[in-house]
Amino acid sequence: MNLELTEEQCMLQDILSRFLSDQYTFDQRQKLSQQGIGYSEQNWQNFAELGLLGIPFEEQYGGFNFGATGLMIVMDAIGKGLVVEPYLSTVVLGGQLIQKAGSEAQKLDLIPQLIEGKLKLAFAYIERQSRYELSNVSLKAERQADSFFLTGSKSVVFNAETADKIIVTVRTSGNNRDKNGISLFLLDKGALGVSMKNYHTVDGLRASELFFDQVEVSHDAIIGELDAAYPIVEQIIDGASAAICAEAVGVISQLREKTVEYLKIRKQFSRPLSDFQVLQHRAVDMFMAEEQMRSLSYLANIKIDGGSRSEQIRAISAAKVYLGDSRSVVGEQAIQLHGGVGVTDELDVAHYYKRLTMLNNLFGDRDFHLERFGQVELV
Amino acid sequence: MDLNYTPEEKSFRQEVQIFLKENYPAYLQDKVAKGVALKKEDYVHWQKTLYEKGWVAPGWPVEYGGTGWTPVQKYIFEEECGAANCLRLTSFGLVMIAPVLLKYGTEEQKQKYLPGILSSDTWWTQGYSEPNAGSDLASLQTRAEKQGDYYLINGSKTWTTHGHYGDMMFALVRTSKEDKKQKGISFILFDMKSSGVSVEPIITIDGLHVVNQVFLDDVKVPIENLIGVEGEGWSIAKYLLQHERTNIAQVPRSKKQIERLKLLAEKEIHNGKSLLLDPFFRAKISEVEVELMALEMTSLRALSKVSVGESSSMTSSLLKVKGTEVQQKITALLMEAVGYFSLPYFNGVLMDGWQDGTPVGPEEAAFLAPHYFDWRKTSIYGGSNEIQKNIVAKVVLGL
Ligand SMILES: Cc1cc2nc3c(=O)[nH]c(=O)nc-3n(C[C@H](O)[C@H](O)[C@H](O)COP(=O)(O)OP(=O)(O)OC[C@H]3O[C@@H](n4cnc5c(N)ncnc54)[C@H](O)[C@@H]3O)c2cc1C
Repeated sequence: MNLELTEEQCMLQDILSRFLSDQYTFDQRQKLSQQGIGYSEQNWQNFAELGLLGIPFEEQYGGFNFGATGLMIVMDAIGKGLVVEPYLSTVVLGGQLIQKAGSEAQKLDLIPQLIEGKLKLAFAYIERQSRYELSNVSLKAERQADSFFLTGSKSVVFNAETADKIIVTVRTSGNNRDKNGISLFLLDKGALGVSMKNYHTVDGLRASELFFDQVEVSHDAIIGELDAAYPIVEQIIDGASAAICAEAVGVISQLREKTVEYLKIRKQFSRPLSDFQVLQHRAVDMFMAEEQMRSLSYLANIKIDGGSRSEQIRAISAAKVYLGDSRSVVGEQAIQLHGGVGVTDELDVAHYYKRLTMLNNLFGDRDFHLERFGQVELV
Repeated sequence: MDLNYTPEEKSFRQEVQIFLKENYPAYLQDKVAKGVALKKEDYVHWQKTLYEKGWVAPGWPVEYGGTGWTPVQKYIFEEECGAANCLRLTSFGLVMIAPVLLKYGTEEQKQKYLPGILSSDTWWTQGYSEPNAGSDLASLQTRAEKQGDYYLINGSKTWTTHGHYGDMMFALVRTSKEDKKQKGISFILFDMKSSGVSVEPIITIDGLHVVNQVFLDDVKVPIENLIGVEGEGWSIAKYLLQHERTNIAQVPRSKKQIERLKLLAEKEIHNGKSLLLDPFFRAKISEVEVELMALEMTSLRALSKVSVGESSSMTSSLLKVKGTEVQQKITALLMEAVGYFSLPYFNGVLMDGWQDGTPVGPEEAAFLAPHYFDWRKTSIYGGSNEIQKNIVAKVVLGL
């Protein structure tokens, strides 16, 4: 057994940390987040040049085939830098959906474009009533000859505004909550009958509500088999969950580091806060949570690359539960130990905390995964 | 021992209910229920209504405009206000500076300031904290030098809640350098429109502007604005902290929030059923309710002590710590209840509500994450929860 990073992974890590320290200060991030499209197109092109957009894709489509553990390295850096570029939407969700379910023609057409930074994707799978249940899909498709007409809506679709194409979960047969009868459709941006309401999110990203009114799509737009998308969606969301656990590790490491630093600098009662043992212990709790979270993130991502399905689910849900707990142990604590400055918009710590909090609310929160963890029997 | 209210107390409760029903405006009820940011005119409107009824200052002596209520009546009033989603009046005037004026002020000072506090025509702010003096308040550096018939004040105050609304500030300033830092502190009042006072906004984690940094640059303050004598500021500040802090635990508000949480969770769907029926989520609500139940009874025990004339100061730290923990947990559950809809952020909606816009997700969803983040402040301000525990360790447990 060897749980150290490989040489390739170390190189990737170096590239990323150089990028972050050269071009991704907190001030730069804040500007990007608040203005224009919410991220930098230039950064996206840099990602392409650095090869970051090809990490999980197979070599025959121009990727590196680094798998989930490769993504883990990137996501950790994304967490550290509070990166706002649409990596999760395009590479982790959209790109991997196409790789897993797309036809050979779709893969050959789309994945190379994506890797070159010329194609951005969004994944629309949440609905008003769905909460975290992936089979809760009611956006309907009606079939007429060789076309489908989509009607309904999707919620909180990340980066939809700037995506070139949007992948949508659609109910093509059966009832809401049936696992059978869900299909994936690939829509062009600006498809007739799609309207959007775009907004910022509390953690500095962008998302949209999507409304579909008799949107006509051809049979070619289906990704994978008709009615059979559920297991694929579940796997992709599992992969994304493991990826954001790695992102959380990056976020948590910054919260811990910045808080420890602050305890050393901030003086009250004529001594640094770090002199107070009760505060030392709280910093230690943060550190311990960070290491345990890192362990579970490793496990989840390693299992995606090699484990059985039940091992995967247990490891991913375990990591997600831990992520949820770190909201208070790490996030709330970091704010508390900073005192008043912790609750200001100006301080980076507040933004790391917001991101950590929202990561719990993506792809199933702590309770959802605690329940799911308990339901899986190891075989 | 008896938990039941007397017939007089029951009829008092009814009187309060009727008054609130008839006089508390629907638009404020709606704002408070949803969590829309309150504006200065909202506070003033409700305070004036209570003022006209004579119910604005339950904590004051009757001759200055108090109500003459018993501690139990005050509690009933707070409970009913919480249940009716009443906005909480700002405490800086009514609950902080007023008791100080009553105890330490000269007759002129009382005549000059108390009426404006009562009627809400003067908006007060609290100038204690400084960038380098938070938990260690006594290390404050803002100087006041006596020059003839005025003090010249230089320095800076920070975290000043509603500083941008402020007419007057009560502040702790250093009037002399002494061996013991608490000794050289004085308590002074000044007009925030004086020349040399500038107020800069601090935007908080929810993206809103409530607190400020206040810069004081050669501000001339007449010597008659000093409270008590020079060097007495620290004892005055301590008096203020120990002064009966009614409703510090905010039990009525938390009860209302739990009611709100249940209504919200009932409407959200989890695995085909109401989220309220989900055993995981339900257990978390129950845990907070258990803590709140204990807190309410502890509050009532403290209240009972006050009613029979005993001091309850030992419990105020307990009520503050447990009260804020409960409030913070409820804000987290409210946020969790709406799942993905905790994400969308609309600054304008936080300020003014959805107006005619179509909400994204449940109507109140947009408020829940910002509130959760903002509510972290409650364990930081008013003496942080760590400082409260230090006090209990030292004063109550003798450690
Ligand atoms: C939203 C908001 C509104 C406010 N409004 C006002 C206002 O209107 N007027 C005003 O004067 N002030 C106001 N304050 C300031 C508030 O009182 C201070 O933030 C508070 O006293 C804490 O000080 P600090 O922020 O400097 O934190 P610090 O004192 O630097 O504390 C940082 C952390 O260290 C901990 N700590 C410090 N000392 C010890 C110790 N001895 N043992 C253990 N732990 C310790 C603290 O508990 C905290 O967790 C407000 C603050 C906020 C956040």
